[in-house]
Amino acid sequence: MKVALIGNPNCGKSSLFNHLTGLRQKIGNFPGVTVDKKVGFCRINNTTDIEVIDLPGTYSIYPNSLDEQVVLEVLTNQNHPDFPDMAVVVVDSSNLKRNLLLFEEVNDLGIPTILALNMLDVANEIGITINTPKLEKILGVPVVELNAREGIGIEGLKLIVFKNAESLQVHKNKELIRTEYQFASEYIKNKFGLKTSYVGLQYLVQNEKLSFLNPKDRSYLSKMAEDLKFDSDKFQADEVIERYSDIDRSLEQVIEIEEKKNKTLTLSQKIDDILIHKVWGYVIFLGILFLIFQSVFSLANYPMDLIDAGVAVLNDFLKTFLPESKLTDLLTDGLIVGIGGVLIFIPQIAFLFAFISILEESGYMARVVVLMDKVIRRFGLSGKSVVPLISSMACAVPAIMSARTIGNWKDRLVTIMVTPLMSCSARLPIYTILIALVVPDQKLWGLFGFQGLALMGLYLLGFLSVLLAGWVMKTLLKTTERSYFVMELPTYKKPRWNHVAYTIYEKVKTFVFEAGKVIVAISIILWVMASYGPGEGFSGAEQRIKTNFSNLTENEIQNKIASEKLQNSYAGIFGKFIEPVIKPLGYDWKIGIALITSFAAREVFVGTISTIYSIGADDSDESTIKSRLKNEVNDETGLPVFSVATSYSLLIFYVFAMMCMSTIAVVYRETKSWKWPLIQLAYMSVLAYVSAFFVYWVLK
Amino acid sequence: MTVADLKEGEKGKIVSFTNNKLALKLLEMGCLPGTEVKLDHKAPLGCPYCLTIGDNYQLSLRKSEAETILLT
Repeated sequence: MKVALIGNPNCGKSSLFNHLTGLRQKIGNFPGVTVDKKVGFCRINNTTDIEVIDLPGTYSIYPNSLDEQVVLEVLTNQNHPDFPDMAVVVVDSSNLKRNLLLFEEVNDLGIPTILALNMLDVANEIGITINTPKLEKILGVPVVELNAREGIGIEGLKLIVFKNAESLQVHKNKELIRTEYQFASEYIKNKFGLKTSYVGLQYLVQNEKLSFLNPKDRSYLSKMAEDLKFDSDKFQADEVIERYSDIDRSLEQVIEIEEKKNKTLTLSQKIDDILIHKVWGYVIFLGILFLIFQSVFSLANYPMDLIDAGVAVLNDFLKTFLPESKLTDLLTDGLIVGIGGVLIFIPQIAFLFAFISILEESGYMARVVVLMDKVIRRFGLSGKSVVPLISSMACAVPAIMSARTIGNWKDRLVTIMVTPLMSCSARLPIYTILIALVVPDQKLWGLFGFQGLALMGLYLLGFLSVLLAGWVMKTLLKTTERSYFVMELPTYKKPRWNHVAYTIYEKVKTFVFEAGKVIVAISIILWVMASYGPGEGFSGAEQRIKTNFSNLTENEIQNKIASEKLQNSYAGIFGKFIEPVIKPLGYDWKIGIALITSFAAREVFVGTISTIYSIGADDSDESTIKSRLKNEVNDETGLPVFSVATSYSLLIFYVFAMMCMSTIAVVYRETKSWKWPLIQLAYMSVLAYVSAFFVYWVLK
Repeated sequence: MTVADLKEGEKGKIVSFTNNKLALKLLEMGCLPGTEVKLDHKAPLGCPYCLTIGDNYQLSLRKSEAETILLT
């Protein structure tokens, strides 16, 4: 049996979902759209499991954004794979009137409904008492008292769900339909075999938004609406007002209000005095960002070192104990190095998402949106773009998905197009290793490390390019669509740590399995390409070196052989093939290989460099990679390959380049066309190439 | 008078709306005619506004949107 959780934003729906399903949840997509679908399983008694679907928060079934659109489609399409057998409408009892609007609509759709009165403690605090049995009688559906935050009343809800599952019944209240539309809605109901006339009415009012209808039915419905001279805006306004007066009549009988100060709200307003303050607002916001950076970079280092060392130990162990063979090489230098390259990111991703989810949980993120709206509006973005932009410091993929809360298509598109310019965590290892190579490890005024400053500079550069690109896109894109900013500000709350934990768990899991697959696959392919080559060039490498350089020591000969083999391997041939294109940027063919492989995902760059330089050697320790990079000499010029100019050129290249297949894929899914991801790929590549070229020739 | 004319800390009662589409959204969110609106804060650059609706919950909207809400 499927049970859908439905409710306004901030009504405590996700808390309830987490309590019901615990870790038995997964995040998927609704068919055809990339709106997160949270599904989980819940054991409601010893023998019965139910499937729980957490629908996006919405104020009504008339959608204003993609998220809300999903609620409409799931609830009005009986053939939808997620069409629920039962709905639990979760309401914030301290704001019952507004919350019951959605309840009434869902109820009229003919889905068996249970009303969950949540946040009764807050309601009591502001002097509201609700007569639950009487409310149950008036509404004609089961009403359950709940405190989802504390997990109180969950068992009671399960019991009621179980009881009602046996005999699913719809309440018998009369639907709210005006007489003039009764005939039409009844007609549609019968024609499409719908549950209630109200659903029929929705088919008439919102047929443009019901994507599951076939074109013939849709044009039939819109013709019908036209014949009836149907004004859908007016209809919707009338409906809302009528429902509210109906709700008022019901609530009069069950609610007692004793005027009390709304303490939670007053406290939130007081906190806002500081957090939206003209000066302190921005100072605190920057301070928090700084804190996040510091922790992500410094705290995450410890677990990262541990993982790094652990992988190295495992690799050495396997090398010592397994017989020397191609297969062992593949396992150690190919697979384990690849897996290590995935695991090493976990601490940073966990830290970043911990912070982001704490900001969201506490209600502060909504204030950041308010603070930043006017600042970034002139750059084609909206205050609501701040959430994707901050998230994309972790990873652009979830960030781009979070842009769907932006109702306006143009704002959303601009946000999607510029988000990958924010430096994500995958660029971090590249930044780290190259900065360590060229920026002196000294302190400015004995306080700020130059390397840290350089790192912040790169992030800043990413952010500035976001603004620039946003401004350009805003100027180029024309739209007549009006967008609304209107948004509820949740009261400040203590973060629910289990929610933070779920978020971290979920994001890390997604990263390990989704990104991990790509990285591991690339590592193996790369190893194969670097370990094999065509014809005499590759197979005769050993012989050639041995005859030409017989005067060198055994060690030097081994290194020469390895490098000769790499040059003649498939990877080497490939790198040489693209060398003419990247030479103006100061890169040689080895960097070329890394550029190509890191097109799949940026984090592969360091992995590739380490694979390329570790083939033929048995130590892949990062410090030695650094010294190898430093000692690497260009065959033709005799100068170091990683000169200051080349290193900076590479750094700048990676700030701008769209080197991530997952991002391209997600942009395709979100914009539903190849046009935008291709434009994005093109403009970012040009930007990267030109900037890197410029930097190289200035510094050379 | 509209919500945009309020000063920080001032209150007013909603009479009607001048933008139909936006009115629908606001109605759904509980901004009904007769509801009391208090302007809590303007963001540092003068926009968006933070409002308290009916001593019940807080809402944020842009200045241009605040201008469509008529008050007594």
